[in-house]
Amino acid sequence: MGKISLQGVRKTFADVVVIPGVDLEIPAGSFVVFVGPSGCGKSTLLRLIAGLEDLSGGHVLIDDKDVSDFAPAQRGLSMVFQSYALYPHMSVASNIGFGLKMAGVPKPEIEKKVAYAANLLNLTEYLARRPGQLSGGQRQRVAIGRAIVREPKAFLFDEPLSNLDAALRVQMRLEITRLHQSLKTTMIYVTHDQVEAMTMADMIVVLNRGNIEQAGAPMELYETPKNLFVAKFIGSPTMNIIEGERAQKYGAPTIGIRPEHIRISREAGDWPVRVSIVERLGSDTFLYVEAEGMGQLTVRAEGDLGAKPGDQLFLSPDAGRLHRFNSEGKAIRS
Amino acid sequence: MATKQTQSAARLLAAPSIGLLLIWMIVPLGLTIYDSTLNYTLQGNPVHKFIGWTNYYYFVTDPAFLTSIWNTLVLVGSVLVISIVGGTGMALLLDQPIFGQGAARVMAISPFFIMATVAALVWKNLFMQPVFGLFAWIAHLFGAPPIDWFTNDPMIAVIIIVAWQWLPFATLILLTALQSLDLEQKDAAQMDGAPPLSYFWYLVLPHLARPATVVILIETIFLLGIFAEIFVTTGGGPGQATTNLTFLVFRSALRDFDVGGAAAGGIIAVVLANIVSIFLTRLVGKNLEG
Repeated sequence: MGKISLQGVRKTFADVVVIPGVDLEIPAGSFVVFVGPSGCGKSTLLRLIAGLEDLSGGHVLIDDKDVSDFAPAQRGLSMVFQSYALYPHMSVASNIGFGLKMAGVPKPEIEKKVAYAANLLNLTEYLARRPGQLSGGQRQRVAIGRAIVREPKAFLFDEPLSNLDAALRVQMRLEITRLHQSLKTTMIYVTHDQVEAMTMADMIVVLNRGNIEQAGAPMELYETPKNLFVAKFIGSPTMNIIEGERAQKYGAPTIGIRPEHIRISREAGDWPVRVSIVERLGSDTFLYVEAEGMGQLTVRAEGDLGAKPGDQLFLSPDAGRLHRFNSEGKAIRS
Repeated sequence: MATKQTQSAARLLAAPSIGLLLIWMIVPLGLTIYDSTLNYTLQGNPVHKFIGWTNYYYFVTDPAFLTSIWNTLVLVGSVLVISIVGGTGMALLLDQPIFGQGAARVMAISPFFIMATVAALVWKNLFMQPVFGLFAWIAHLFGAPPIDWFTNDPMIAVIIIVAWQWLPFATLILLTALQSLDLEQKDAAQMDGAPPLSYFWYLVLPHLARPATVVILIETIFLLGIFAEIFVTTGGGPGQATTNLTFLVFRSALRDFDVGGAAAGGIIAVVLANIVSIFLTRLVGKNLEG
């Protein structure tokens, strides 16, 4: 249950084409993350699936049923919004139960389901409070609770963690992953944060200007990006891109190498470089180096290397993990 | 703010303006209280003798007094109901994306900027006039006898005029409140399957509760003192049909030339207005807390 297919989904606002045409199969029970920079159409795509925007063309199928003309509530989906969109003058319990009340579910049953969801999300002692009296993380859980009680075919998350502080974000990330494991419901999650995408997804869909650049498992995207855009978007710090003469040596107009796939030596190597900035994270050290003819590169070293700004180092890329791109930015696989 | 020096300095510096405000308020009030204890008429004896509570006694036992209180309540209450209910409706309409939205909003709000006397005269002579008024013409179109508003339904006529003036104010406040409604909440309600009426009832109305209490508070303060509309149209009549408390005070002073009695009436009006405002501030305060 919860298989979603998009067939030629298009969206235009007046003259502006936001989504030129998207085909995508989302398998039942999977955790799919739409990721891309601001304005890439990922939220619009989610709202099209939810039914909050009308399609300009194409079809949305849920469990092989065309729901393109269905109202949002009829599609059997639940959504968690970026601002949580809780109803401020209702108690937590009424917030969670509002959808059921609208569906005409009898009161005792609503109470039972609300109690179940509250228990699942550790909200039981806050049921009588108003959203204004809750912390950010608690509000987030109420929004999730409101989504759960409707027992949807799929959950839609629209950048749900972007209003939380860093520590809470990591915690909520785990909670949502755990929730997915216990409910086994399809989840579609929109974010601009590639870390969230990598850590949570079964399948990542990278969007750029309304087009799917690549869709696949996180490690697939990390190891075999189809093009420069995906290569640069996935992975942190971003992949080093080298163009021109240095790249031609490796047989492509553009090559890419991830910071973690470069060997560092003080004595000898392929690329002589000078260290400009050193960032120590404890477990790792990121070196920002200036290389002649290549501009700035980022290198990851394990532990503390003891390198100082101004030091001379030699870098050697791991040839097996080098990415080659043709002049259009498409990956060359050999 | 925290230190003692800044606190006392602040008090010292604020003192002159507070003192001025105190004088501003206390002198007219003191003079009115003083006058209300005198046998002070503009006709006859130029010596104003102290007569204690007598002015109050006569003002309160005047049969016109209870009528005027009742009229004040009817006027204020009706206009409040019309402007809140009608204002909500107008605000909902003006919030829709329509062609010429800006112009429509300006037009809807403009009655508020028309002077009370002008508005009352326009209504009296152009709309409600039983022979050549617009309403008489409309009634005539349908073959109905025209309504002689200021003779047969004077209070309703005054209420219509005052409501016309205050409806835009309520609309303005409620419209801005509607515009601040979170759009994601609307999306959430759609996902929850709330039909438009439920959306209005469970989400929009509670959201409007606060601005509505503010509208009630402000309008009540102004509506208690409505005078110009009555003076221009009905002159408090026929009989005492449209005499509110303000108009009764005016009548005592400038028709009966009884300054002492009018002063007593004024003090009674002040006391009543304060009772209402204490009651209202509590109500509003409760509503603004949540």
